[in-house]
Amino acid sequence: MTWEPVIGLEIHVQLKTRTKMFCRCAAGFGAGENTQTCPVCLGFPGALPVVNRRAVEWAVLLGLALGCEIPGQAVFSRKNYFYPDLPKGYQISQYDLPSCVNGNMILPTASGDRVIGIVRAHLEEDAAKTVHVGGRSGRIGGADVSLVDYNRGGTPLVEIVTAPDLRSADEAKRFLQLLRQTIVELGLSDAEMEKGTLRVDANVSVRPSGSDELRTRTEIKNMNSFNFIARGIEAEVERQVAVWEAGGEVRQETYDFDAASGTLTARRAKEAADDYRYFLPESPAARIRRIEPALDLERATVLVTGGLDRLWDETVAAGADGVAAANVIANALVGAGVEIDAVAPAELARLVEARDRIPRAALDEAIVKLAEPGFSADPYVAQEAVSDTSELEPIVDAILAANPGQVGAYRGGKEGLLGYFVGQVMKETQGRANARVVSELVRSKLEL
Amino acid sequence: MAAVVDTLRLTAEDALGLVKRREISPAELHAAYLDAIGERDGELHAYLRTCEQPSGESIPIALKDVISTKGVETTAGSKILSGYVPVFDATVAARCKAAGLTLLGKTNTDEFAMGSSTENSAWGPSRNPWDPTLVPGGSGGGTSAAVSAGLAPWGLGSDTGGSIKQPSALCGNVGLRPTYGTVSRYGVVAFASSLDQVGPVAKTVRDVALLYSIIAGRDPLDSTTVELPEPVELPAGERLDGLRIGVPKQIESLAAIEMGVRSAFEHALELARDLGAELGECDLPTSYRYGMPCYYLIAPAEASSNLARYDGARFGPRSEAATYREMVERTRDEGFGPEPKRRIMLGTYALSAGYFDAFYGQAQKVRTLLIQEHREALSRFDVIATPTSPTVAFPLGDKAADPLAMYACDLLTIPSCLAGLPGLSIPCGLSDGLPVGLQLLGAQFGENTLFRAGQVLEQAIGFDTVPERLR
Repeated sequence: MTWEPVIGLEIHVQLKTRTKMFCRCAAGFGAGENTQTCPVCLGFPGALPVVNRRAVEWAVLLGLALGCEIPGQAVFSRKNYFYPDLPKGYQISQYDLPSCVNGNMILPTASGDRVIGIVRAHLEEDAAKTVHVGGRSGRIGGADVSLVDYNRGGTPLVEIVTAPDLRSADEAKRFLQLLRQTIVELGLSDAEMEKGTLRVDANVSVRPSGSDELRTRTEIKNMNSFNFIARGIEAEVERQVAVWEAGGEVRQETYDFDAASGTLTARRAKEAADDYRYFLPESPAARIRRIEPALDLERATVLVTGGLDRLWDETVAAGADGVAAANVIANALVGAGVEIDAVAPAELARLVEARDRIPRAALDEAIVKLAEPGFSADPYVAQEAVSDTSELEPIVDAILAANPGQVGAYRGGKEGLLGYFVGQVMKETQGRANARVVSELVRSKLEL
Repeated sequence: MAAVVDTLRLTAEDALGLVKRREISPAELHAAYLDAIGERDGELHAYLRTCEQPSGESIPIALKDVISTKGVETTAGSKILSGYVPVFDATVAARCKAAGLTLLGKTNTDEFAMGSSTENSAWGPSRNPWDPTLVPGGSGGGTSAAVSAGLAPWGLGSDTGGSIKQPSALCGNVGLRPTYGTVSRYGVVAFASSLDQVGPVAKTVRDVALLYSIIAGRDPLDSTTVELPEPVELPAGERLDGLRIGVPKQIESLAAIEMGVRSAFEHALELARDLGAELGECDLPTSYRYGMPCYYLIAPAEASSNLARYDGARFGPRSEAATYREMVERTRDEGFGPEPKRRIMLGTYALSAGYFDAFYGQAQKVRTLLIQEHREALSRFDVIATPTSPTVAFPLGDKAADPLAMYACDLLTIPSCLAGLPGLSIPCGLSDGLPVGLQLLGAQFGENTLFRAGQVLEQAIGFDTVPERLR
């Protein structure tokens, strides 16, 4: 029997509004502990919440991007529990009447578009950050001291709940990459897993392939990268399949994924200046499908989920070859840490076009400097490598004449010395020679 | 030498006149009240703490201890807030300050405003100025006792199910519970958020109207507030011609209403008729049958959530313990008195999974019925009149051991609170030498109508607000 994973995701996105969900405290990282607090987010007696208008607008915007219905009325409720990260003893969260319901997101895959249902997206306030010192690692039980930083408490979160429509760990990962890109492009959040501004829990069950039953699911938490999410889901799917195949029953439990060991542990019990006009841009999924014909699904996905496709679009529009531009952007620019948004597409297009004719060193330097203000490709393109053999030949001859010992060694079988001669020629020409042409020239002379 | 003022008789309006005409300085007036407090509050215990220095350029005011006052300890009558000094003013306290009013002190209250006698205060009960063996009512017994005994010209209370109107009735002063949403609750220690309202207590209807005009109106910090649809009018009428007063027909058969209360109430109705009012009968069947049980599901349910923040972590006293959970449990066990504990348990149960629909959900439906029947009655009448409290002041300890008997004190005040409607209590006579309150209920934002009716009746009744034993 073969098994099919059934996966649903719960995604928390921390909105980058200037202020918190229900008070005017600054929201964001980096300030000293408990400095971004007030009577409201500390839950002092008599303090009352006032809803952050921008957060509501952004939740609705995200809902629209996810194809959701936006009901005329949304209601905040109180979710009561005692924990030191919750100053009021309850979390204010939308419960039975959320801001966004019944949406879906298109996930482009090699076997066609997949429609992933969005059950709901609702607004809530984040809890404070707790650090438990001593005792069992990281847990409040037995800790010597528990420290609470309320700066994060009350920060707006959108929780997105998908339908159990994902069918593999890889699909879940791709979905998240696309969702993340959608959120980032709308400008609602940095959505960075390592910072905790994007948090994902996965609900996982398996069933015999071809059946439509829903078996007992488990929840996996604590996965802090897309790769760990994929690995965590894979591990849980394998575990459940083994349980069913051994004649056992999967129990409803919550697991923490430990990235280091790859194992699952069951738990014991700048905001746009006053601009309210929001437009929905072309969705990432639609863009993947649009640019895919010029490239391929893999390259298109890398560009879109990496936030690179706008630059690619403009570079190609400026005359660059599509595949070449994709390779330069996704490899060289990203590798060099170039600030993508600051790159002038026309200059990049010139570099892409000349990339095989200019010295490697010059190209590398040009790429590093691409994002600098006023960057021009002129000085680099002007260094177009010397490929003219009539110009290079005398230099090669001189190098060979000056190194009779190495020439003898090469001819005696030490072919690795080819690089030495090429290097000497490059040095002599101050890197202006076309290395490929030099290499050919040297080899033909030595093998006479 | 300061003008000699008789704080027992001085109304806020008169006090304002004295200050304005510079016949007395704000400091001298403040000192006069402190003297009165020194003289009489040892017996009455209306105040939990007083402020020695006047902070404003106008007359003094007393604030119930559920109202946050920056730099002045605010305990809500509970040990769990012992030593808690707010870093911010409640909006009503800030508005009083902005009007130049000087904080005279914080008045006693049942713990978290839960009670009808002030006996549930962690700091000991207050006593009734008309007879110190009796309770002043509650939860705002401190403010009402202070106003009645000349220990403050006026004060602010908070009312969830009758905590302004009932003690006003029992102490012989005027109290207004305003329309839900007209007065900010920001900074007022929350009991039951869908019911809590702040309102004025004073000796006269005009004083109450004046104080209401100071505190009412939209507050950006309380999203449930609105601007008043019309400005507050200081009433100065003499007749009630054309005023339609409805009396619920259920009043006649309510056995809980004492004879003396009934006769004072009926006397007030006769005066109203003589002054030109048209009296008629209205019907509020659900209100008197289900109002109380409905209230005692909704209020404790909301209280159980509102009181969750008292965990010892950020403010107030903390009971030390080995773990966080034990620390919270011990802090709450040692910090809360019996009545908050009772309501937290009731409310948690009513909200728990599996019981929500049967209790809280059902109570909300009943509440909708109450709103509808009040709306219907107030479409035919300008004002609904009932006694405020079924009884006059009762002896300390009389009902302390019987929560249901205590809850019954609010039988007549609760329904309109559930409906979010304004209610004014004015003294309408004595029964066995103790004040009886007349409750006038109005339509949403109908405060001006209540003030007009109340002020004319007040003149006609001619009630002497100074307790006989202090005259």
